[in-house]
Amino acid sequence: MSRKVLVLGEVRDGSLRNVSFEAIAAAKTVAEGGEVVGVLVGTSVSVLGAELIQNGADRVVVVEDEKLNLYTSDGYAQALLAVIDQEKPEGLVLGHTSLGKDLSPRIAGKLASGLISDATAVEVAGGNVVFTRPIYSGKAFEKKIVTEGLIFATVRPNNIAPLQKDESRTGEVSNLSVEIKDLRAIIKEVVRKASEGVDLSEAKVVISGGRGVKSADGFQPLKELANVLGGAVGASRGACDADYCDYSLQIGQTGKVVTPDLYIACGISGAIQHLAGMSNSKVIVAINKDPEANIFKVADYGIVGDLFEVVPLLTEEFKKLKVHS
Amino acid sequence: MKIYVLMKRTFDTEEKISIRGGKINEDGAEFIINPYDEYAIEEAIQVRDAKGGEVTVISVGSEESEKQLRTALAMGADKAVLINTEDDVENGDQFTTAKILAEYLKDKDADLIIGGNVAIDGGTGQVGPRVAELLNIPYVTTITKLEIDGTNVTVTRDVEGDSEVIETSLPLLVTAQQGLNEPRYPSLPGIMKAKKKPLEELELDDLDLEEDDVEAKTKTIEIYLPPKKEAGRVLAGDLNDQVKELVHLLHSEAKVI
Repeated sequence: MSRKVLVLGEVRDGSLRNVSFEAIAAAKTVAEGGEVVGVLVGTSVSVLGAELIQNGADRVVVVEDEKLNLYTSDGYAQALLAVIDQEKPEGLVLGHTSLGKDLSPRIAGKLASGLISDATAVEVAGGNVVFTRPIYSGKAFEKKIVTEGLIFATVRPNNIAPLQKDESRTGEVSNLSVEIKDLRAIIKEVVRKASEGVDLSEAKVVISGGRGVKSADGFQPLKELANVLGGAVGASRGACDADYCDYSLQIGQTGKVVTPDLYIACGISGAIQHLAGMSNSKVIVAINKDPEANIFKVADYGIVGDLFEVVPLLTEEFKKLKVHS
Repeated sequence: MKIYVLMKRTFDTEEKISIRGGKINEDGAEFIINPYDEYAIEEAIQVRDAKGGEVTVISVGSEESEKQLRTALAMGADKAVLINTEDDVENGDQFTTAKILAEYLKDKDADLIIGGNVAIDGGTGQVGPRVAELLNIPYVTTITKLEIDGTNVTVTRDVEGDSEVIETSLPLLVTAQQGLNEPRYPSLPGIMKAKKKPLEELELDDLDLEEDDVEAKTKTIEIYLPPKKEAGRVLAGDLNDQVKELVHLLHSEAKVI
């Protein structure tokens, strides 16, 4: 059964986020041969339409309005609902990002639709579109289907492979005019703390520090390693509580959930609180002085040693590798 | 002010998870107030203490949730409401819970509704915004600061580590993020007082809801545990060699670099 599926292309600092390309790949599975329609909401975003199409969307609908400059649930809900009203899709996929988490339940509520949040895989099985999602902080998984409304899901960044980008793909980019009214919550100020460098939740490599980094300066070698690998720096709750870094870096039960290809835990003991945020990473490396540390139980590779010795050596070794390859 | 808190009883995350009969085995497990809902309860109490009014904590669940509701009362909430769905709802989802909560709240003239931004068991974060949508009031999720001046509200919202300062107004629903406050522990006098505070128990009938009205819109077809990870390799030898070996393994064996 083929379906028309909408995908919201999420724009951050003028660029599309990777998770939107992953959402397109998920939408292709949901569509079962039907049309995948990208949706762009904001100001001057139509230029990004071609990129959505190169990444697998068949065409793109754009809603532009000054009031959509910054994300608000009121503004975006009006825009997206207007596109849904025009396109009458059978499916809808968003990234499970701050925006997706905030907006999707509202759309589902409005349409009295089911919604599967934070999916890490999607397949068609036994005539159903089946989503897989972690529960109990990734200690278990469930497979779920929508039984009423749109086949509607948000997808966790870094889990569903995007389609191969094809620069020869073309398609229609059309505008839909929507009157945006009644924003009941207005953004007065945006304070940037986390967005320097690579986005933690989408990073392919995460270098994370715990109490073992000992101070704010202790994060410096981790940052250097992250730079060499094009990764992001994260932290355990212990490091945040000790004021070595901002809570925006916290990975864990409280904090962010990350699933990078490579997670390097430096001076992190591996409390359950922390494991909940990173245990589904593809490859985990632990560096810790304590050979009994819990983190070694989930690590694929471990080095027992002082992170201040090991991390700079690793940085040098990766630099050599980058030069050779 | 009429303040309502949406609270969920959850599995303690420190618990080991096992599966029996296709479901998560709850035998002998510790249950707690969902940690994000503790921030919500604390914030509600602080707002009431500053502005006056009453805090009512609501939970949709089974009789067993009474324990967590009593804890909320012991922290300082004034009233508790348990909407017991044990006999009526077998497989509810976020739509089910939101619909029931909204039905209860629709004629309560709530000024402020606070919930956790996500429950640590199901992990969807859907219920708060769904309730706000059903009640047709604004909402702000993952907040770390709340200031109320008359009906004007200024909130700080955590957006993947960045923050946004948002101006909005009552009535309002917000969901709590870590950092909003430091939830108090119930005091001994608080625990004694909680025993006498009102805890109302309702069923779907009392809300004029039929089972069909709250039927889930999603269905879980399988629950499983992730495959056990094999013990990793702890490298040995001279530190320089270990580092070289690790880089080689990540490049050639794991192929992540």
